[in-house]
Amino acid sequence: MGDHPHAGVRRVAEHRPRASRVGGLPDGEPKDGCEKRMIARAGARRRAYARAHPIVSLVAGRTGQGIVTLFLVSLVVFAATQLLPGNAARAILGFSATPQRIHALELELGLYRGWWSQYWGWLSGLPVGRLGTSLANSEPVWRLVEPRLLNSAVLVAVSGFTGCLLGIALGAVAALRHGSLLDNSMTVGALAVLAVPEFVVAIGVVILFSTVVFHLFPGVSLLAPGENIVQAPRLLVLPALSLVIVTIPYVYRMTRAATLEALESPYVEMARLKGVPRWRVLVQHALPNALAPTIQVAGLTFLRLAGGIVLVEEVFDFPGIGQGLVNAVTDRDIPVIQFIVIALAAFYVVVNITTDVLALLCSPRRRIPA
Amino acid sequence: MTAPVRLEVRGLQVCLAGTKTDVVSEVDFEVAPGEVLGLVGESGSGKTTVALALLGYARRGLHITRGRILLDGQELLGIPERELPALRGRQVAYVPQEPAAALNPVRRVGKQIAEILRVHAGGDSDGGDVWPRVREVLAAVDLPTDAPFLRRFPHQLSGGQQQRIVIAMAFACRPGVIVFDEPTTGLDVTTQRHFLELIAQLCATSGVAAVYVSHDLAVVGQVARAVAVMYAGRIVELGPTATVFETPRHPYTRLLMRAVPSLDKAEVIEGIEGLPPRPVSRPAGCSFAARCPDVGPECLSSPPATVDVSESHRVRCVRIRSNEQAASARQAIQLLSATQSRPAVLEVEGLRASFGSNEVLHEIGFTLPENTCVAVVGESGSGKTTLARCIIGMHTNWLGSIRYEGEELPRGARQRGKDMLKRIQYVFQDPYTALNPRKTVGQLIAQPIGHFYELTRAEADARTVKVLEDVSLSADFLNRYPDQLSGGERQRAAIARALAAEPDLLVCDEVSSALDVSVQATIIELLRRLQAEHRLAMLFITHNLALVRGIAQSVIVLSQGRVVEEGPVEEVFGRPRDPYTVRLMSDAPRLSAAATGGARAPTAPAGRTEEE
Amino acid sequence: MTADMASQKVRRHEWLTLLRRAAVSRRGTVGLSLAGFVVLVAVVGAIWTPDSPTAFLYEPLQKPSVQALLGGDYLGRDVLSRVLAGGWVLLVMAVAATVIGVGLGAFQGIEAAYLGGRTDTMIMRGMDVFLAFPAIVLALLIVGTVGPKLWLIVLAVGLGHVPQVARVMRAAALDIAERDYVKAVELQGVKPTRIITGEILPNLVSPLMVELGLRLTYSIVIIAGLSFLGFGQQPPAPSWGNMISENRIGLQTNPWAVIVPAALIALLAIGTNLFADAVARAAIGADRQVEEAFVRTEAARASQ
Repeated sequence: MGDHPHAGVRRVAEHRPRASRVGGLPDGEPKDGCEKRMIARAGARRRAYARAHPIVSLVAGRTGQGIVTLFLVSLVVFAATQLLPGNAARAILGFSATPQRIHALELELGLYRGWWSQYWGWLSGLPVGRLGTSLANSEPVWRLVEPRLLNSAVLVAVSGFTGCLLGIALGAVAALRHGSLLDNSMTVGALAVLAVPEFVVAIGVVILFSTVVFHLFPGVSLLAPGENIVQAPRLLVLPALSLVIVTIPYVYRMTRAATLEALESPYVEMARLKGVPRWRVLVQHALPNALAPTIQVAGLTFLRLAGGIVLVEEVFDFPGIGQGLVNAVTDRDIPVIQFIVIALAAFYVVVNITTDVLALLCSPRRRIPA
Repeated sequence: MTAPVRLEVRGLQVCLAGTKTDVVSEVDFEVAPGEVLGLVGESGSGKTTVALALLGYARRGLHITRGRILLDGQELLGIPERELPALRGRQVAYVPQEPAAALNPVRRVGKQIAEILRVHAGGDSDGGDVWPRVREVLAAVDLPTDAPFLRRFPHQLSGGQQQRIVIAMAFACRPGVIVFDEPTTGLDVTTQRHFLELIAQLCATSGVAAVYVSHDLAVVGQVARAVAVMYAGRIVELGPTATVFETPRHPYTRLLMRAVPSLDKAEVIEGIEGLPPRPVSRPAGCSFAARCPDVGPECLSSPPATVDVSESHRVRCVRIRSNEQAASARQAIQLLSATQSRPAVLEVEGLRASFGSNEVLHEIGFTLPENTCVAVVGESGSGKTTLARCIIGMHTNWLGSIRYEGEELPRGARQRGKDMLKRIQYVFQDPYTALNPRKTVGQLIAQPIGHFYELTRAEADARTVKVLEDVSLSADFLNRYPDQLSGGERQRAAIARALAAEPDLLVCDEVSSALDVSVQATIIELLRRLQAEHRLAMLFITHNLALVRGIAQSVIVLSQGRVVEEGPVEEVFGRPRDPYTVRLMSDAPRLSAAATGGARAPTAPAGRTEEE
Repeated sequence: MTADMASQKVRRHEWLTLLRRAAVSRRGTVGLSLAGFVVLVAVVGAIWTPDSPTAFLYEPLQKPSVQALLGGDYLGRDVLSRVLAGGWVLLVMAVAATVIGVGLGAFQGIEAAYLGGRTDTMIMRGMDVFLAFPAIVLALLIVGTVGPKLWLIVLAVGLGHVPQVARVMRAAALDIAERDYVKAVELQGVKPTRIITGEILPNLVSPLMVELGLRLTYSIVIIAGLSFLGFGQQPPAPSWGNMISENRIGLQTNPWAVIVPAALIALLAIGTNLFADAVARAAIGADRQVEEAFVRTEAARASQ
């Protein structure tokens, strides 16, 4: 159940009016008048532009931040994998390695170059697809990872959309029937399922549908070489089911909260007092206002799934990047580790930007200046 | 066009869902076409509950259990739930308290007005095209009718415009009854005045019967021909506005009238001690008995019945015979007149304050003599709170000079010495956030004492108790936490905390705006007394002009960051010179008896006592 | 009439009151019972097991019998003994990781709020980077490259909590710092350190308690997951996560070797989550201010 970052908090932190800091009242002499005015003017121009073109400036800003984040992530990944205590080559080959083999590996890894040149060599190779060679298989990393990427992408997409749709539907129903037995039992149930680790859910699914109770679906998703998941959808069912079960409670909870808040809001009350029929109140007043938080939740769902696939793919032997990462970590296959982690980080950035933009589109208050 | 409507309410009762505990009960009144009935009460009186019930609506946790509401003879409460929406907005409409919250933030305003017309199709829309009617009502409330305006979202409108949109929505389907729920909260005085005139005019011309809910007696006096006073869920007095305001018969109304400050005279205002009982803990007898100066044994045993004082005036009190004399005149106060001969404690010169690059105060200058209270009045946005914060050192982006007893004050509180900080103290506006919820009242007051003085434990304790006494809080309060205190008690504790430092200058920033009228009066009187006793210099910030009379010797009028007029209160209020001040004084509502709108006085059924 | 203010502190220990209130609520009771049951099993097993957890006593995957109540695992070891013994390390690690994570995170968050300005931005941007990794990926990254040492796992999981906790506590601290009652004390010229300890920290107890509960659930989940992947206690030592993975092949024969540890992990996680939720609700009920702060940081909690 990997926990995930979300645009929500960042937004909360950034758009809050910054009042006094904890340390006390603002102090400091104002700068010289002329200097102040210049600074103020430049800032004002930028702010004016941002106000007039909120979407463009948001995308630009977030993309910029995303690139910086990716850059920093790559540094962290590189540091973690290459700058190990002790010699990387020795760590990989273990104690039984002969000095010649260690030396050969060091050459291959480029450990003789300076730190910076190693990093740059790796980083500059990324955009052009020069990802290095897997240490475990001696194959190009891309050839190894590409099919896995596709399989995981399908798994995440299928689970994500199904989970979101079901979660949203159930959450909305619960909010509408707030306080009923249905609502209460679903909510407590969601709270319980929310906590269960994905691999336990996956095992439970295997026990239930594959091994012990029913024998409906295969317990492992073994693809024939060269086959991808789209061609063998039956192998997708149980892994996707596990992920859907893990996803639904979370989406349910947030949708329910957002819908409840919309339903209890003053404008919904006003609509009722205007005599707007119940159905219309829901569809035209409540739901549009619950849309923005729901979009955020959907984004977060996909981000969580990116972490969830690690364990679930292990349970089902599903050939995706989650399993790929675990194998790479077990084998100390550094190039593969690096690539997969960067890919996940890039996914995080893209999802964040998308949800931010979509949420902005749904809030006229932020989109159009007063 | 619908026929002229009467609104008749008989025995309305709303209870907490699933219980027999009533929130409001035995509510009876009538409103004739074209007339406005004011419904006044303080928080917890149940007035909003009654207002919503007039649309057959009860908030979550409440349930309309009994009574009849007749709109033009048509019974409202007997109708099944699913047919109610057809009536709401069509026969009876609602104008909410906070229009900003009541308008859907993601829908354009034109569509929101059109919605009420579409939903009640057949209610005067030209067979399908609602837009002509939309434009018509917008014009009636003095708003633009062009397409760009209709396409705006609520957040693109000002507060006054939002309020007008909401009124336009209410009138759109030509209902027979409109319920206004404190609609002028947050509007400035001039806008409020226009608004009240607009309502009166619309009601008179279209024959609408209106119920105007408010806590502000002066506003109700401006607009309503008759008024009903609510306390603890009951109507305790009902009659023509002039009569009720000039000769109130119910003890609560009397005390309430004494708590309303006057714009024209300097008088002592008296608050009402105690709190109204909550619905679950109402006593067997009269709910007001605990606070009533006239209480007798018969008041405690059973709830009082309604008595007719005259044909149109009835009161829910059994001691009515014995208190027939008119309300006694209020005691005039002699505030020590402002004299320039006193040395100045605070001198402000050329003050220019900004937020970022935006200048909000322009060249402010004034002096505050010792042992004097100077009021700073202005509408929202005038900069009065910014001024207070500059003086106290919370806002540091200012230029100019602020001198305290001749000494230049540094901009921020951080740069000021302890002695300086001790001598200028500040009381915040909102009593609910001014006190740390994790500390007891005793700890809150002991904190400045410990910070500014070197005292032994016993001495500090003694001083804490003394300060509490000064604000009329008993020593029991020492160990209580803020959430165990009422709003008035909290504000008193906040004042005690400020006094504990023994300041020379006290800055009070809208300290009573968050409080009910009866509680507000207590706080104002307390401040006046403290100012005189401790010979404090006081800077009293407020938007409520009437409060100024009862506490300040001189007044400064701020408008958009500039001082437009200053001087002794008597002069500025009595003979204002600046056009802005003139307008303020004429637009401010007074507790006068004249009410506009409505041809006929309401009739209360003669000789009726209470039963369903 | 001098009253003794030191006595009669109604709110003497707020965290205790919160816990008590949570424990008596319905969710809290259920949560506490579930988690308590599992903790009991683990604690008992740490001291005593019916047989040795590592000895080969039976046939591989032997079905349950009177002797071996849960049967044998894939190598023929007693499942019951392994189940009993396989929990306490998880608990200790989870608690340690939580304490490290929440402690460090709260410190960072409050520090960022206190220092403000550029330091604040830098700290938070730094946190942002770590948020880009799913927690398990971060743990894998650290553990996989240095080795599955237990203390390292605890550290890695703890570090994984830091960005999130820092965010929540920073938001809460900023929120409280804006309050009038803090400004009132600032206006007296009290030093910032004393303001933090005297005014702000006492109001952070509630959000902190809530975070502790939630983070504990995560720690359990992640550490169990790592152990499932093989990055935890190494065989032959029993651990619930590992047992699930190694006995999978025997699901058809003796499913109990998988079901029981899986159920125990699930019950523990559910129990702590329910109790954490009960604490959060108790905090809301406590006072309105906490509710407002809670609602505002609800977005921060959105990553649950």
